[in-house]
Amino acid sequence: MKRRPNYLAGLGSLVWLFLIGLPLYVMLAATLQDRADYSANGPLAFPEHVTLHNYTQDFSNGFGHFFLNTLLVTLAVVAIVLLLVPPLSYAIVRSRGRITTGVFRLFLLGLAIPAQAVIVPMFYVISKAGLYDNLIGVILPTAAFSLPVCALILTGVMRDITPDLYEAMAMDGASPWRVFFQLVVPLSKGGLSTIMVFSALQAWNGFLFPLVLTQSDSSKVITLGLFNFQTEHGIDIPGLLAAVVLSMLPIFVVYLFARRALVQGLMGVGGK
Amino acid sequence: MTTTAEPRVARRRPVRRTGAAVVRPGFVWAVPATLFFLIFAVLPLILVAVLSFASWDGISAPRFAGLDNWRTLIHDHVMIQSLWLSVLITVLGVVVQTPLSILLGVWAAGHQRNRAVLSAIYFVPLLLSATAVSILWRALLDPNFGVPAQAKWLFGDGNLFGRQTSAIGVLVFVGAWQYTPFHTLIYQGAARAIPQVLYQAAEIDGAGRVRQFWHITLPQLRNTMITSMILMVVGGLTTFDTVLILTQGGPGTDTTISAYYMYQRAFKSFDFGGGSAIALVLVLIATVISLIVVKVSGYDKMRGTTEGL
Repeated sequence: MKRRPNYLAGLGSLVWLFLIGLPLYVMLAATLQDRADYSANGPLAFPEHVTLHNYTQDFSNGFGHFFLNTLLVTLAVVAIVLLLVPPLSYAIVRSRGRITTGVFRLFLLGLAIPAQAVIVPMFYVISKAGLYDNLIGVILPTAAFSLPVCALILTGVMRDITPDLYEAMAMDGASPWRVFFQLVVPLSKGGLSTIMVFSALQAWNGFLFPLVLTQSDSSKVITLGLFNFQTEHGIDIPGLLAAVVLSMLPIFVVYLFARRALVQGLMGVGGK
Repeated sequence: MTTTAEPRVARRRPVRRTGAAVVRPGFVWAVPATLFFLIFAVLPLILVAVLSFASWDGISAPRFAGLDNWRTLIHDHVMIQSLWLSVLITVLGVVVQTPLSILLGVWAAGHQRNRAVLSAIYFVPLLLSATAVSILWRALLDPNFGVPAQAKWLFGDGNLFGRQTSAIGVLVFVGAWQYTPFHTLIYQGAARAIPQVLYQAAEIDGAGRVRQFWHITLPQLRNTMITSMILMVVGGLTTFDTVLILTQGGPGTDTTISAYYMYQRAFKSFDFGGGSAIALVLVLIATVISLIVVKVSGYDKMRGTTEGL
């Protein structure tokens, strides 16, 4: 069946492309000129004298260090998620017990807990634990709040493993450990990369927990660095936007190489 | 850990097709993640309720204060106003983002090559942190160096952050810019899952594109719409980063929505008890709205969308 092209929808999507693309273009253009040029020519002009000065300046303002902190937080969060979620999903999918059903319900309800609602008690708990202004204090709650979505995604993937395969392994007399490592983990590789990318994105872009749980420069992550830059030197728009570009570079690299996993991860949030 | 599960399984299914008992993991496998989640997400949620009845300055130990925080809150006109503002921004967000993301999502669900390329660009905003997005727009809309300063014919005096209506407009617009791609993605996935048979049947019946959209696409997306709206409501009510960076609740307290007010009360005025009370109100409102959406739509009965196929 042949359908005529939908011109109206095409036009609408071009308008949207413009709305998305223009700010991104302005941002890139602004970072490539110095402050005087930007102020004189305005945000819509094409850069006259291209310079990388804004980027080098950001690095000398400590962004390299914030970058490393964010990287550390991200790696740790991904590690915790990879350690905790696969056994959890395995139990949810394969264990027949009232407890695991209850656990699954708990994580479903957990989807609805907004991080904003718990920042006060989180501050209390983390301070009591002596982890205030410590990256570990940022890592733990960030990881906890990515668990529900990751559990949901991975459980969905593990459900697709057919019972026959389990039965075949049972014939060999395999223990749950062997079933887990030789059947479940290899067959949920796609799901594993999805939750890795999802939790990494959450951790990399996290702002709220670092905002209320850290204060010194030594434990500052990049989103917080951006925020401080804005409140302190908000006038230096090219420098600020260069920092924004720097903060998103790694995500873009991931987007280029693992676009599928990323899109799947974000779709997974919507659920089925 | 297997010994607890094995005998039960064996009892339930004495004879198996294959003859070998399938080993099942015990609940122990779920314990580490569950404990972790209980400590760092559920416990704080309980504590927020407890702290709302306490007075705490963040340094000395919290002490029980009865209903003090709640009494203050009821008479606090900034609080009352912040609730209305939160609801307003949430409703505007849903109204703006839902039609946009349905149309874009259904469009992007087509398999044409150009759509794939365009959607790759559409999804860029959802890679960015709320911080980065807010800072980008704050710079673009800067009253002195931004776009409004150059297009006075469109923006008046160019200070969009100086009036309540335009400030709220900016918050809704930036929220839509950031989150529409995400909801588009959800709808794209859902639209791809609609069985093609339905469209083929409609075409044989002579239904045009518009009628197909209203009578097939929209009803089939019903469950997705509910999920997406719940996410919008919860996200809208807890909007925080955007306000902190774009308007700081201003001008005056004109865009001080509840989540931002909670942060101010707790971390700026060091009234952590009052902040907790606001947080609890937010959680309750978000839960009630989500439950109403679920009830009204009949989502809890999980009516399948593939009935009659």
